[in-house]
Amino acid sequence: MADITLQINGQKVTVPAGTTVLEAAVQMGIDIPTFCHDPELSKPGACRICVVEIKGLRNLPPSCVTTVTEGMEVETESEAVVNARRTIIDLLLANHPQDCMTCQKFGDCKLADYAYRYGVRTTTFIGDKTDFPPDESSAVLSRDMNKCILCGKCVRVCAEIVGRNVYDFTSRGFTTKVAPALDVGLGELDESHCVSCGSCVAVCPVGAIVEKNMKGKARPWEVKKVKTTCPYCGCGCNFDLNVKDGKVIGVTSNPTAEVNGRHLCVKGRFGYDFIHSSDRLTRPLIKKDDDFIEVSWEEALRYVVSRLKDIKEKNGSEAMGVLSSARCTNEENYLMNKMARVAFGTNNIDHCARL
Amino acid sequence: MTNSINEIKNCDFLFVIGSNTTETHPIISLEMRKALGNGATLVVADPRKTEIAELANVHVALKPGANIPLLNTMCNVIIAEGLYDKEFVANRTEGFEELRLGVANFTPENYAGIIGAPAETIREIARGFAKAKNAAIFYTMGITQHTTGTHNVLAVANLSMLTGQIGKPSSGVNPLRGQNNVQGACDMGALPNVFPGYQAVTDPANVEKFSKTWGMQQSSKVGLTVGEMMDAAHNGELKALYILGENPMLSDPDITHVEHALEKLEFLVVQDLFLTETAMLADVVLPGASFAEKDGTFSNTERRVQRVRKAVEPVAGKADWEVIAEILTGMGFPHKYCSASDVFDEMAKVTPQYAGMSFARLDEGSLQWPCPTPDHAGTKYLHQGKFSRGLGKFSAVDFEPPAELPDAEYPFVLNTGRRLYHYHTGTMTRRARGLSIIYGEESIEINPADACKLGVCEGDQLKVSSRRGSITIKANVTDRVPQGMVFTSFHFAEAAVNFLTNSACDPIAKIPELKVCAVKIEKVS
Repeated sequence: MADITLQINGQKVTVPAGTTVLEAAVQMGIDIPTFCHDPELSKPGACRICVVEIKGLRNLPPSCVTTVTEGMEVETESEAVVNARRTIIDLLLANHPQDCMTCQKFGDCKLADYAYRYGVRTTTFIGDKTDFPPDESSAVLSRDMNKCILCGKCVRVCAEIVGRNVYDFTSRGFTTKVAPALDVGLGELDESHCVSCGSCVAVCPVGAIVEKNMKGKARPWEVKKVKTTCPYCGCGCNFDLNVKDGKVIGVTSNPTAEVNGRHLCVKGRFGYDFIHSSDRLTRPLIKKDDDFIEVSWEEALRYVVSRLKDIKEKNGSEAMGVLSSARCTNEENYLMNKMARVAFGTNNIDHCARL
Repeated sequence: MTNSINEIKNCDFLFVIGSNTTETHPIISLEMRKALGNGATLVVADPRKTEIAELANVHVALKPGANIPLLNTMCNVIIAEGLYDKEFVANRTEGFEELRLGVANFTPENYAGIIGAPAETIREIARGFAKAKNAAIFYTMGITQHTTGTHNVLAVANLSMLTGQIGKPSSGVNPLRGQNNVQGACDMGALPNVFPGYQAVTDPANVEKFSKTWGMQQSSKVGLTVGEMMDAAHNGELKALYILGENPMLSDPDITHVEHALEKLEFLVVQDLFLTETAMLADVVLPGASFAEKDGTFSNTERRVQRVRKAVEPVAGKADWEVIAEILTGMGFPHKYCSASDVFDEMAKVTPQYAGMSFARLDEGSLQWPCPTPDHAGTKYLHQGKFSRGLGKFSAVDFEPPAELPDAEYPFVLNTGRRLYHYHTGTMTRRARGLSIIYGEESIEINPADACKLGVCEGDQLKVSSRRGSITIKANVTDRVPQGMVFTSFHFAEAAVNFLTNSACDPIAKIPELKVCAVKIEKVS
């Protein structure tokens, strides 16, 4: 494909034909705000926050759906552009709850970020506000459609990636709302057909969809994110464990995940409570007269080693066996293989590969 | 998998056999949806009308255990109609004549009844698979958990080699592994017949190599599999067993037998996060550390080795690898590992597929084995240009019915598997609040026609019995299962289906036949 050379903010750039102005700008490290745009999804060009000024064009085209042309001269932060963006934010704030202080998305909200960036403190359009009841029917997601900016990313991710078409726009005009068919609760799974994967929460730019179990647990800047690999099926998804005060408080997508990108299943995203479950074993147990007695690590390991040594001496290596684990790490499995083959002296080692 | 997950979207023919992909490998199913969006053809062979079956262009509602008839008849059609890849067969394989004779009798007309699909449908699928530019096979336990599991896999390999649909991008044989690190556990030699890296214990060169590396004479005698260990414990030959992070009291077939076996052991150590059904039987229980509490690596179904990173301190103070290393020391083999990375480095030295990997490299990005040298980029798909053994070998395999089929007393086939919301024996997922709210109770799927005959309604309690035991479980009346079959998972201890399952095994791989056994059903009044 032919290359196109254009100018963005006075800088020259050459990109393949068919590239959008937004993509060219991203490539140059220029940050153009977006709400409805997502590189993985179709491009409705709906929200208009990414408008730019292009020399010779009468209006301000949205950069996400405008393809580059030879010699194009683009301004991404001209006065006209900034004014247009302010108006868009102003209009969005006109119908948005001003409850940022208690919003789970505080500190990680695109609407707030852009309002801050363009200095839109409050709305100038005073009028009605929508008053939809929150949808708390899902076991894992909370939806507050009063906060929704109708970017449609949840609609598209569910249709185009997850393939379930749970959401769509309902009603019209001021009362437009994203909802499952017939406006049932998301948690009415037989009706909504939601599989609770949370890809919608991963793309929502505002606080309209949030992880229920993370609500009130931490602000984004208090959280340490640790990228790791999911402990469930063999897909090998990566995600961020969200840690606060030494506890895992949630799982969020990590877009750099090689297998899964931002997508996870319900187990990967919402299946971590077991880590801090109150019935986790915290001390070794030795059975005495059919009862388990808590002992120290030293005592437990000393006892285990002496019993294993005894049985090996008395009955030989073939009386010993090891069941390793498909749950545990490679390093642990390697060491279990050494436990069997080196310490016990037997090839009696297996794990649950067949189950 | 011989292919990579990100190659799936470019497949133009997906043949999914014995895999409930949307529930058991949800993220892989997203890639399959991408392929469908790109115009691929999807054929699903599964007795149940699973979600992936509903997405398929053709769903073959395979009768239980009819995998070989389906695969063999496809080969028969492809050979009869001259659709096989003659160049691939000539240059890259051996034993074609054996296969040709082996499948000669497998005409679609002869086997349509056994398979449960019209002969013309079988011909269509065979033609589509052979003619596709990039066809790939995906399978899970529906292929392997049979007394003919190994032969089923050979039949899969026959089809892929016959059509040259292997050894290239988006085309190959793709077993989807069910557990996070089942691939890695196998790679690491947690198997009775191979050292790390699939180096056979029966090969004297390997025995010498590992004896030298580990400073301990190695045995060339193949060890016992899980099932064989249970038998050996039962008859008193196995005295001590160390179980790490497994729960055979729920996951293994014929739980009553497992329980007797574990009780007969002189000494049982269980290392786990929780006091599981298995841990209850132990002499010593050592607390385990969850994936969030330790460093290490997991290897996924596409051979991708990825970092596991410690996010919080181990609840009980020690990571599992530290505990095992301390026991090694106590047993007279002092360890020198300061970190999981040190263990990995030692492993990489003796495991050719991992030889080029290190934590430093994996922190930059994951790597797919084989990765033999530090400058090797890893391997996206296997068998390009050459098979591991040189020429791909065709193996003629014949149809053998499952070990236990329905009869007058036990008239239903019990099929078992997994649910989207839970994992294995449920020790982790059942402690997740959201998952338990969504799917907090197990049920057994029964066809409406069968339910009607038995006077069973949705939600009724059923007593399901086999020759080995019985459980009580709620009915879910649905046409997801065909008439004559019931299906449930093994996630729930309250309805532990493995009290019912048959421990009859494949004679080669020793995998139990968890997909087919005979049961009877009574309504609990």
